[in-house]
Amino acid sequence: MAAVKSNEDNKSNFRNKTLPTVLFKIARFNPVTDLRMKFIDYKVEYENWSTVLDALLMIKHKIDPSLALRYSCRQASCGSCGMMINGKPRLACFTKINEVKSDVIRIEPMNNFPIIRDLAVDLTKMFRNHKKLKPYIIRSDSEIPDFSTSKEFLQDPDSIEQYIQFANCIKCGLCNSVCPTMATDSSFIGPQALTQAYRYVSDNRDKGKKTRLKIIDDKHGIWRCHFAGSCSKVCPKGVDPAMAIQFLRGYLLGFR
Amino acid sequence: MNKFQKNRSGIKSWLNPWGYGIERIAYWLMRITGIGLLIYFIIHIYETSSILDGKAAWNKMLELTQTTEGHIILMIVIGMSTFHAINGIRIMLGHGGIGVGKPGRPDYPYLPKSQNMKNKLCIYAAIGLAALAMLYGAEIMFSE
Repeated sequence: MAAVKSNEDNKSNFRNKTLPTVLFKIARFNPVTDLRMKFIDYKVEYENWSTVLDALLMIKHKIDPSLALRYSCRQASCGSCGMMINGKPRLACFTKINEVKSDVIRIEPMNNFPIIRDLAVDLTKMFRNHKKLKPYIIRSDSEIPDFSTSKEFLQDPDSIEQYIQFANCIKCGLCNSVCPTMATDSSFIGPQALTQAYRYVSDNRDKGKKTRLKIIDDKHGIWRCHFAGSCSKVCPKGVDPAMAIQFLRGYLLGFR
Repeated sequence: MNKFQKNRSGIKSWLNPWGYGIERIAYWLMRITGIGLLIYFIIHIYETSSILDGKAAWNKMLELTQTTEGHIILMIVIGMSTFHAINGIRIMLGHGGIGVGKPGRPDYPYLPKSQNMKNKLCIYAAIGLAALAMLYGAEIMFSE
């Protein structure tokens, strides 16, 4: 009985607890009806464990259902909720409100991607560039016509280490958003696609190196990267696109 | 599609180096010094071409560089060329995949290996040596 009472006391204390608040300034823009972007303020309470995505969903569910944003897994696996949080591209689900260390959080759509509405951006071009660089194993015997003669493409652990880091890419687009070249050259392939090109070039089962190097050896290709390194700084999965791009360029320059 | 819908950060993305570490500052300095050296190069060609108008014209042009303003401009040129040369070597090596680390499974908090201490030290060295070269140049020019 005492235990039950204590539990109820805890519940009561929990309900009466005063939670800290944070002011969200959220960019709102509907290309169909609006001529320019505007910011709307929302004050929300948050817990120690609350993420920016938690707060945005709370705003959407309880304050303003018209807020448009994209999200899915809530655990930094799907790469859907990339947005500018206080000026830096980050995943909303992977950013705790506490770690932003500010009473005001400014939320904008990711830079360098066309806006669909509010915080939802169009990733079509990034996926098109990704596809252009053939993100799959290329080899003449990759199709298995007869199971009796087929064999597994064996790979030792050291060979996996050469590309596994780059295979962690979740295609969130944060690297493209922060890239200074992407900011001014709309035809640039972008760090995301270039990194994926290296992921397959460095895979010893793949035979498509020449094909991919030919695609990236273009005036809007790999030569436009100036090694600012910000792509690696913002990557939420530790992919390090700057490293992959320099290795890839090393092949074209004859260093590798 | 209007500029708000296109949502490109544009040239202001080049002009703001803050928030992404010393590598982004080095990128910004490399651009600024590159443009500065190009402007200097054009002025330098104009300056040296004055010799075609005879000795008097050449001496008159040289007098311009012997003023306080001329010395300050030359000091800035010395700093720009030193930084651009040293950071340029770092970038050229990096572009070949040299000194950018080795691939491997990343661990949280995912510090990028391409932005390792070797690279950072090269950038600090480029900035430091540019400052030293400027001071040395100033010492020679202003002590004349």
